[in-house]
Amino acid sequence: MTDTVAAVAAGPSTEDLVIAGRTLHSRLIMGTGGAPNQAVLEAALLASGTELTTVAMRRVDPAGGSGVLEVLRRHAISVLPNTAGCHTAAEAVLTAQLAREALHTDWIKLEVVADDHTLLPDAVELLRAAQRLVDDGFVVLPYTTDDPILARRLEDVGCVAVMPLGAPIGSGLGVSNPHALEMIVAGAGVPVICDAGIGTASDAALAMELGCDAVLLATAVTRADDPVRMAQAMAAAVEAGFHARRAGRIPKRFWAQASSPARC
Amino acid sequence: MITVTVNGERHQLDRGITVAGLLAVLDLPTEGVAVAIDAAVVPRARWASEVVDGAEVEVLSAVPGG
Repeated sequence: MTDTVAAVAAGPSTEDLVIAGRTLHSRLIMGTGGAPNQAVLEAALLASGTELTTVAMRRVDPAGGSGVLEVLRRHAISVLPNTAGCHTAAEAVLTAQLAREALHTDWIKLEVVADDHTLLPDAVELLRAAQRLVDDGFVVLPYTTDDPILARRLEDVGCVAVMPLGAPIGSGLGVSNPHALEMIVAGAGVPVICDAGIGTASDAALAMELGCDAVLLATAVTRADDPVRMAQAMAAAVEAGFHARRAGRIPKRFWAQASSPARC
Repeated sequence: MITVTVNGERHQLDRGITVAGLLAVLDLPTEGVAVAIDAAVVPRARWASEVVDGAEVEVLSAVPGG
């Protein structure tokens, strides 16, 4: 039996991420925005090893499509449409329905932001939209604040994951409130995906060390000086953070503790 | 003729035109797109239905983002 066949026969391992019954071997979910061109995007996606990647929905360009779907199809990367740009539950629900119609998937990354300079989630509209989309049969992955109670409410209405921000979208500030993320992880019965704010590899590793099940990022890779190399770094960081969490870190101590035997 | 707004632009179109006809006349792609009229999705199965005067039509597709 080949390794692949053995793996299939054994089903998903505990090392895999499972969201709504779908097994993902990579815990790095990518976005596609911000790349200088499609060739760079394609190379970066490949280097990241991602299996699930977001796209946005916009008015069709009569001159021709963006080609982003072709890139994803070519590499068997699943598409996760988002509702970026929506400010109300009504807008987000319609955008999700259009995405389902256009892309033949009922998975949706739900974004309902309050304004265009913070891009922070509008908690009231977000929860309302999540409820409506779950009722309409969608598999909902909401981009949310790092508020543990809102995360709980989103899970309660039937979201299959919660995606708290580390920091505002595109800010590269990393994980601003590690304790809040840890509280979300401690309370969640669905996968927790740190979404937004990641600036560099150590941010992604920290999110995973805090117990997040996956990291979703775009800008940190697509706007890096060398997107392919940063994609490789992020993949390594997510894996390192995952293993470190599983391994169980040592407690922090105020004083030193010798690791060599005492001299006699 | 009827006046229809498509993706924010006004167009004069023949009375009786269908959703599929509108996409063809305006030379818009039909694969990987979805159509909404007056903020309600029009599934592909209903693209033979008639577009009425004053309709607000949105035609969306996937672009890089997120």
